[in-house]
Amino acid sequence: MSTILEMRSITKEFPGVKALSDVTLTVEQGEIHAICGENGAGKSTLMKVLSGVYPHGTYDGEIVFDGSTAEFGSISDSEREGIVIIHQELALVPYLSVAENIFLGNETRGRFGLVDWNAANHQASALLERVGLHENPTTPIGQLGVGKQQLIEIAKALSKEVRLLILDEPTAALNDTDSEHLLELLRALRAEGITCIIISHKLNEIEEIADRTTIIRDGQTIETIDMSETGSTQDRIIRGMVGRDIENRYPHRTPDIGDEVLRVEDWSVDHPTQAGRQVITDAAFSVRAGEVVGIAGLMGAGRTELAMSVFGRSWGRNIRGSVYKDGQKIQVRTVAEAIRHNIAYATEDRKQYGLNLIDDIRHNISAAGLSKLAPGGWVNSNEELKVAEEYRDSLNIKTPNVVAEVGKLSGGNQQKVVLSKWLYTDPDVLILDEPTRGIDVGAKYEIYTIINKMVAAGKAVVVISSELPELLGICDRVYTLAFGRITGELPVAEATQERLMELMTLERDQPLPTKELTS
Amino acid sequence: MNAIASLRDTLTRNMRQSGILVAFVAIVALFAALHPAFLSPTNLTNIVLQYSYILILAIGMVMIIVAGQIDLSVGSVVALTGAVSAVVVVRNGMPWWAGVLAALLVGLMVGIWQGFWVAYVGIPGFIVTLAGMLLFRGLTFLVLDNASLSPFGGTYYDIANGFLNGLLGGYGYDVFTLVIFGIAVVGFAVSQWRTRQGKIAYQQSVESMPLFVLKLVLVAAVVMWFGYQLASSRGLPVVLIILSVLIIAYTLVTQKSVFGRHVYAVGGNRHAAELSGVAVKKINFWIFVNMGVLASVAGIVYSSRMNGAQPGAGNMFELDAIAACFIGGASTTGGVGRVGGAMIGGLIMAVMSNGMQLMGVPQSMQQVVKGLVLLLAVAFDIWNKKRAAAAR
Repeated sequence: MSTILEMRSITKEFPGVKALSDVTLTVEQGEIHAICGENGAGKSTLMKVLSGVYPHGTYDGEIVFDGSTAEFGSISDSEREGIVIIHQELALVPYLSVAENIFLGNETRGRFGLVDWNAANHQASALLERVGLHENPTTPIGQLGVGKQQLIEIAKALSKEVRLLILDEPTAALNDTDSEHLLELLRALRAEGITCIIISHKLNEIEEIADRTTIIRDGQTIETIDMSETGSTQDRIIRGMVGRDIENRYPHRTPDIGDEVLRVEDWSVDHPTQAGRQVITDAAFSVRAGEVVGIAGLMGAGRTELAMSVFGRSWGRNIRGSVYKDGQKIQVRTVAEAIRHNIAYATEDRKQYGLNLIDDIRHNISAAGLSKLAPGGWVNSNEELKVAEEYRDSLNIKTPNVVAEVGKLSGGNQQKVVLSKWLYTDPDVLILDEPTRGIDVGAKYEIYTIINKMVAAGKAVVVISSELPELLGICDRVYTLAFGRITGELPVAEATQERLMELMTLERDQPLPTKELTS
Repeated sequence: MNAIASLRDTLTRNMRQSGILVAFVAIVALFAALHPAFLSPTNLTNIVLQYSYILILAIGMVMIIVAGQIDLSVGSVVALTGAVSAVVVVRNGMPWWAGVLAALLVGLMVGIWQGFWVAYVGIPGFIVTLAGMLLFRGLTFLVLDNASLSPFGGTYYDIANGFLNGLLGGYGYDVFTLVIFGIAVVGFAVSQWRTRQGKIAYQQSVESMPLFVLKLVLVAAVVMWFGYQLASSRGLPVVLIILSVLIIAYTLVTQKSVFGRHVYAVGGNRHAAELSGVAVKKINFWIFVNMGVLASVAGIVYSSRMNGAQPGAGNMFELDAIAACFIGGASTTGGVGRVGGAMIGGLIMAVMSNGMQLMGVPQSMQQVVKGLVLLLAVAFDIWNKKRAAAAR
């Protein structure tokens, strides 16, 4: 095999911080090369150097692409050489069609400089075929799920004659089926000779697909592992990433379970805009003090919809059913009411729904419990700062100070700010929707430790997650949700990934397993 | 070293605000150098009288802009409320306070009307207030029968043209004015001191003592100098009292109250605010109600200053108010902006108009210059943000 890319001694400094220090990366032609590292380790910076986001001259070191020294001044320079990067946040325009998105910025002009949409749609169909997607190229992107959108990003890259494809966390937002499909596609592209760099936190995927893995920690290359060697296991990668052994990925906890705190019964919810479409059907679940309850479901099963509809009816229409708190039936018509009943919901989408990114850490932490800081409607800003400092210490939020902008923090630290916000409301029940999405192994462990602390303090925790090992690692009991129905309930001792997956894929018309079977 | 490092830290942290403050000082210095009468007592008094209503509008506008909305109707509301007041006082001969009350009531109703459409029907503020701009202008013509109504005279006239003067006697300057300014300076110093003590009690870092004193002395010097200028002219303008009370009250509301913080939360990320228990609709409703009332206050001040109501009053005021907010550092996408910034932005516009008028710059050139200042201010802001982002 020949070397397609060599990045030699790359050093990139920002005022006050050395983001990359003497990083070396060698990628062979036609391989799938994984890059692992904790958030803030420098993976994204390295890819920005490679793709020309940080132009030549703003970093030290040398990039050799395909035998010649590359000095990219912008993204279009690197794309011309066939280096295409697909970011974690997809860059598609929801109102434009599939074909329009694929050729956006790269439109082939016909006569009079006008775009020939018939030809474009035709080419788009061929590209969709290559990525295994059977969609009409005139469909607006917004109507497709995130899994399909990811494939369209790849089709877009293919349209640019890609030779080196860089994927930043491509499966972070995908469910298992879509992830599997994506990995399959990457293998097919490898067979066509397209080289691929994949950044991922999902170590099982890396183990499955990568030929070699480079580990970056604190802006330095730790090692490059040949994944075919024996001993190239997830544990070895984790060791390299965090610089220590993580004995157990899930901190130990001895359950001390008390009385029931929250119970939801006969819960049905309709779609807010699509008339007559029922998204949740007769769901019921409960959680007790000191207990971690998991809700497992594939994307689109209605997990977030269930949680948000319970949390002050913030999603859906025509919501029916009852909520009991400490055995008493309660009304939760608004988010404010939910907070008054000591219910908290931490969203799966920190950036869109969880944080005011342009405001500072302090104000984000106090956002939901502001009334506690403001007797008589006037905020005690000194007390507020003290509270923020307390949470910064106790949850180990890594920041120079609490008046720093939240948008500048890493994903893991943003998640800690979200948790701080809800912990400050002193909830009895915490619903955590994908609490570890897109954050690295070290930070995940910290989040699990925080969850353990909450339940140790007698709180009830509901965790929604698409990572089954995570649910099995931290929960006491797991519900499965499929097509808006609760299809099963298992104590964690009886749950396996296979059993859960079986229940999670029960179709709408299939009968539910009887209670004897599930518990 | 300590004081200088601390000063630099304060300056960089407040770059946006201090940048615009530096620009303001530079513009004042420029006109002072170009025209000797610029800093004269009479002219300083004139600046206050001439632009007070824009500043009042900008107070409400900055809250609307921070919440991610815009209000294009305030110029028409100024006209409508002034017209209603004129009908009550001038045409029907009722006392001055009846006119004030009627105007405030109309402003309140306008606010409720627009707030309802924005908050509870979900129409963007841009559309609602664009409609309002036409609607309230039309109502003004109706109310006034297409003709001006004047004069108010008496107490109503004094709202924008009156002075508190001679209450404590004077020796070529008004002692009362100086006393009021003295009280204001002492009040400012005390509140700064208490903030500082509070921070120390909570073990936060504070600027070094010499710097703190220097800051107080500087502010006191500028304020007292301004007070002395007013005192040696006609005394304390009534409208300056109204304006000061509004600025202090709204600075407190925006920076310290739960309501104010919710406005910033809604503008920064509406969904996150909603999921944190903020009643987004209520916030949107009340900021428009508030804007309506403040527009009526501006309408009262303007009609009083003009000593009458004209159908075309307040034309383009909304643009001056919006420009003041953006020059003062408010963000077009919401979530960022301060009352203090908007006031400096408004003063920059005021000082420039006034200075150019003094120098006899033609109206056409004035518009060109004002347009360019708005553009450059926002360009500076964007450049500044990019620089901050690159420093990450």
